[in-house]
Amino acid sequence: MRPVSYSRVADVATAIGTVAADPGSAFLAGGTTEVDLQRIHVSRSRRLVDINDLPLRQIEELPGGGVRIGALARMSDVAQALPIRRRFPMISQALLLGASPQLRNMASIGGNLMQRVRCGYFRDVVAPCNKREPRTGCSALHGVNRGHAVLGTSEHCIATHPSDVGVAFMALDAVVLTQGPGGQRQIAIDDFYLVPGDRPDREHPLAHGELVVAIEVPPTPMASTSLYLKVRDRESYEFALASAAVAISLHDGTIDDVRLALGGIATKPWRARRAESVLTGAPATPETFTSAAEAELADAIGHGMNDFKIELARRTVVRALRMVTGDPQLHDGMAEGLLSEDGSGPADGSGPADGSGS
Amino acid sequence: MSPAIGAALDRVDGRAKVTGAARYSGEISLPNLSHAVLVGARIPSGRIIGIDCREAMVADGVLAVLTHLDLDRVAATPKLFPSLAGLTAHGQSFFPMQDDVVHYAGQPVAIVLADTLERAEHAATLVQVTYAETPSVTLLDAGRDRAYEPEKIFGGLVPGRNPTRGDPEAALRDAELNLDLTYRFAVNHQNPLEPSTTTAAWDDNDRLTVYDSTQGPTATQLSVAELLGLPPINVRVVSHYVGGSFGAKALIWPHVTLAALAARRIGRPVRLALSRDQMFHSCGHREEQEQRIRIGAGRDGRLTALTHDKISLTSHFDDWAETSLESAAIAYASPTYAGGYRLVRGNIITPTFTRGPGEATGMFALESAMDELAYLTGIDPLELRLRNHADNDPDTGKPWSSKGLKECYQRGAELFGWSDRDPEPGTRRDGQWLIGTGMATAAYPVAAPISPQRARARMYGDGSAVVEAGISEFGTGALTAMTQVAADGLGLPVHRVRFVGGTTDLPNIAAAVGSAGSGATSSAVHLACVQLRDQLIRHAVADQGSPLHGADPDTVVVRDGRMCRRDSPEVGETYHELLDRNHMPDVEALGTWMPVLPMGSDHAMHTFGAQFAEVAVDADLGRIRVRRLVGVFAPGRVLNRKTAHSQLMGGMLWGLGQALLEATRMDPHTGRYANENLADYLVPVNADAPDVTIETIEVPDSVVNPLGVKGVGEIGIVGTSAAIANAVHHATGRRIRELPITLEHLL
Ligand SMILES: Cc1cc2nc3c(=O)[nH]c(=O)nc-3n(C[C@H](O)[C@H](O)[C@H](O)COP(=O)(O)OP(=O)(O)OC[C@H]3O[C@@H](n4cnc5c(N)ncnc54)[C@H](O)[C@@H]3O)c2cc1C
Ligand code: SF4
Repeated sequence: MRPVSYSRVADVATAIGTVAADPGSAFLAGGTTEVDLQRIHVSRSRRLVDINDLPLRQIEELPGGGVRIGALARMSDVAQALPIRRRFPMISQALLLGASPQLRNMASIGGNLMQRVRCGYFRDVVAPCNKREPRTGCSALHGVNRGHAVLGTSEHCIATHPSDVGVAFMALDAVVLTQGPGGQRQIAIDDFYLVPGDRPDREHPLAHGELVVAIEVPPTPMASTSLYLKVRDRESYEFALASAAVAISLHDGTIDDVRLALGGIATKPWRARRAESVLTGAPATPETFTSAAEAELADAIGHGMNDFKIELARRTVVRALRMVTGDPQLHDGMAEGLLSEDGSGPADGSGPADGSGS
Repeated sequence: MSPAIGAALDRVDGRAKVTGAARYSGEISLPNLSHAVLVGARIPSGRIIGIDCREAMVADGVLAVLTHLDLDRVAATPKLFPSLAGLTAHGQSFFPMQDDVVHYAGQPVAIVLADTLERAEHAATLVQVTYAETPSVTLLDAGRDRAYEPEKIFGGLVPGRNPTRGDPEAALRDAELNLDLTYRFAVNHQNPLEPSTTTAAWDDNDRLTVYDSTQGPTATQLSVAELLGLPPINVRVVSHYVGGSFGAKALIWPHVTLAALAARRIGRPVRLALSRDQMFHSCGHREEQEQRIRIGAGRDGRLTALTHDKISLTSHFDDWAETSLESAAIAYASPTYAGGYRLVRGNIITPTFTRGPGEATGMFALESAMDELAYLTGIDPLELRLRNHADNDPDTGKPWSSKGLKECYQRGAELFGWSDRDPEPGTRRDGQWLIGTGMATAAYPVAAPISPQRARARMYGDGSAVVEAGISEFGTGALTAMTQVAADGLGLPVHRVRFVGGTTDLPNIAAAVGSAGSGATSSAVHLACVQLRDQLIRHAVADQGSPLHGADPDTVVVRDGRMCRRDSPEVGETYHELLDRNHMPDVEALGTWMPVLPMGSDHAMHTFGAQFAEVAVDADLGRIRVRRLVGVFAPGRVLNRKTAHSQLMGGMLWGLGQALLEATRMDPHTGRYANENLADYLVPVNADAPDVTIETIEVPDSVVNPLGVKGVGEIGIVGTSAAIANAVHHATGRRIRELPITLEHLL
């Protein structure tokens, strides 16, 4: 591990000031991304500024039905918080289906939004990678890219954004509150994540030293029956091959309103606006769901090993919509990600293998 | 006193392990210890044209940076040889850092030594190596046109072609039914929890102690001594606890000797722990391979012909293929058979053992093909296997030393509920899940070392005993099982016996590989203990002061540490009484077992079992979840029900991983694996583990070794993947002839 200096700060202003003053510095929250990347020499920060003492851990209900989540609230605490479970089950499910219990106890929500991609070439310091080292090329384009994105890609980078909860936030139009050398900002979640274009090294519109202080989720009554579906090779401890966060409001079998965002397949948490417009006002039938899925994936591009993700994403969209509309043909209790009564975890281990785990 | 053998005794080292008292090779603290970190080649093929160590040399804490320019030359060129032989056991016939040529990515090109691990890791990133890269082959397909037929594989121990039976080509032509199927296998890695670690310390200039995570302390000793040009007496190996191996530590890889060379150079003890990513290119792997099976059969399902050919990607130095044809060749009574290996040279480290070496892939191919035959003929898969049951070894005609396969089928079918299975594929649904069941035969050769196996038993005057043999405990439960064997051999309760292993100071035992460890060690331990017991009995009957004086030694038995006459148990005395009266502080005996070699035996020796699986496949999303596994095995005598059960279960769950998850993915452009970590190389997690039912059928076997132990280390994984793949077919109607089977195959 590179020599690194470490300091712990107790107030927001010092945190921002310390990081802003040194271009080689970074905030350290749970460290589950940052320390990892330091150890494999991908992150080359010389100074880590530990922000865990900042008073940014609260999870507050906002008048009108929204919530405000402090940037340092732990993934596990957010997943268990009553207002989240009641009003936004998709957030809780997205968190519980991510990482492992140990990681969730350490990892913060702010850090989760800021986590880096899992592309193997990004993490292999000697491989060409435009995101890690601009203009060196993208090894994944013709390489091992089974996990890579099919939407929002460019010829410069096809890395999937790995966050699960980011997908739920995207569906819910969350707002990221920041504070930096230039003052406070409110950034719509869709603007908080950048597609790679020709600058894959730039992932967020944040200035150096700009701190995420909280995420606000606006009131969304239909989200109380929302869900997060995560499709992957193994039952736990794996990033999504495809995922969907969905909330829906039905009236007499017609879709009044819907929120749909996709994960595991795009370079940012992907709001499925094309699908939403097909769905809105249409009957809640499998045919509608299929056309919505097709519309959303119309521009998807595969790169070989990940070609299957285009079809998988379509089917994931249809499945999530069938689940959230209570399709009776789906096996009861096997609806992935649905929480048990006490909110302690997926209802039945998310599948036929009757195991434990996340 | 009921026998200790077979009981579900808790692990004797369990407490030390869970409390952290057990010390692994990377936890040995020595004064002045320094830390070594290897720098691996970034390219798969070419030459080093420059190494700039200046920045690394001046980094904090750095003691030395060694490269091919200044590392001592090794005294011998290593030669790959499987460790079961009990001799030197190099993992490959190549030793790095002797010249500037790069043969595979990750090949060590520099060693950085520093006072702490973190500083050594950091300095390793500062070493600047420049290369002249040359074209490489890292995938089977890239070198397929240059495939060759090796004369021998496996360190020269296995012929490149199996013995042919009859005329399979003619039989195929004449067969009523023909199948010609090809199976592909991803590279697999062993991924033990503890990465390979060596701590090397020199006493004076030529005496070395190596703390090594190894499956065979003697293998490490002989291999390191040879490379250093030292007599074995100068190399002592200590290996008390090893955090799993699964083949990664079965042979001795270069890092072990590199640690010793580095320690000698800087005059300080050196710890060299491979990192997780280095484990993917430092200790071999299950090679990328393809197997072709051709079957000729009658409409009644009886095999008339079987051919089995395999092509593997090996290294530039060794003709290695895991021996995938052995069990498949004898699993069924096919009158004709041919099989052989072909190899492609590639820029990779020499492949090696990975759990269920050979048969885990070979039996996948055969048992998948048998399932296809079952569908073709409309015969129930289990019935088809019974029709082709091999009553004798179809290759040599010899009788089996023991078999038990029919019993395994029958019991497995009962436990699983096989009898009312509807054969029609793709018809059972549970909501969105398609349900299917499948089965397969498991088979694994009974291997034995070719060298004598030794153990020593010493009884103290108080009647307690210590029994020793130079094995390492790498998680199998060997220390526990050998305690049980020793207790029964001596007629003592287990708490009066301590079994000690873990160093080369002790009597020599070959590395525990190929499921042969418990057979070899239990034989030596049993013989040592029986020898010691008989010695004590003979002493007693000759001793005028003993109540047993004058008795026929053959009529004396020992129970609970007390010798007595079988027909009148009230006549007797304890070991303690005998030794105390005679002022004897201790008595010792050495047990030597000379293994039976298959060639020299009148019997064929093989372990069998039956595997059953139920899967659910998400009809839309292609996800595969295993719901149930049932395995019934006939591994001869079971030494400890609990540890044997754990071994078998671990094997079966690994089979699940092999079937659905495990794949190391080579990037042909960089010539490196793209997923050298445990987040991207997927192994099953607890949530993937289904309900697993395991039973053993104890078949008496008086041939394989004194206790009739055939071993449980490998058989558990064999056949699991085929049972799962067959169940996937039953669920979906889709045949996937490739491992792992992932959801994209089923969309
Ligand atoms: C093995 C493994 C599996 C995982 N699986 C999943 C998964 O399935 N789903 C999923 O969503 N995630 C997964 N993760 C990622 C995990 O959720 C993130 O690592 C974690 O959320 C990061 O939070 P942290 O507090 O540890 O951040 P840190 O590691 O401390 O920081 C991460 C980055 O964010 C910056 N940062 C942190 N806090 C702030 C802030 N308040 N303002 C501005 N910048 C900040 C840091 O400087 C750093 O660059 C996995 C991680 C691992 C290691
Ligand atoms: S996909 Fe992006 S992160 Fe991965 S190698 Fe290409 S540029 Fe780098």
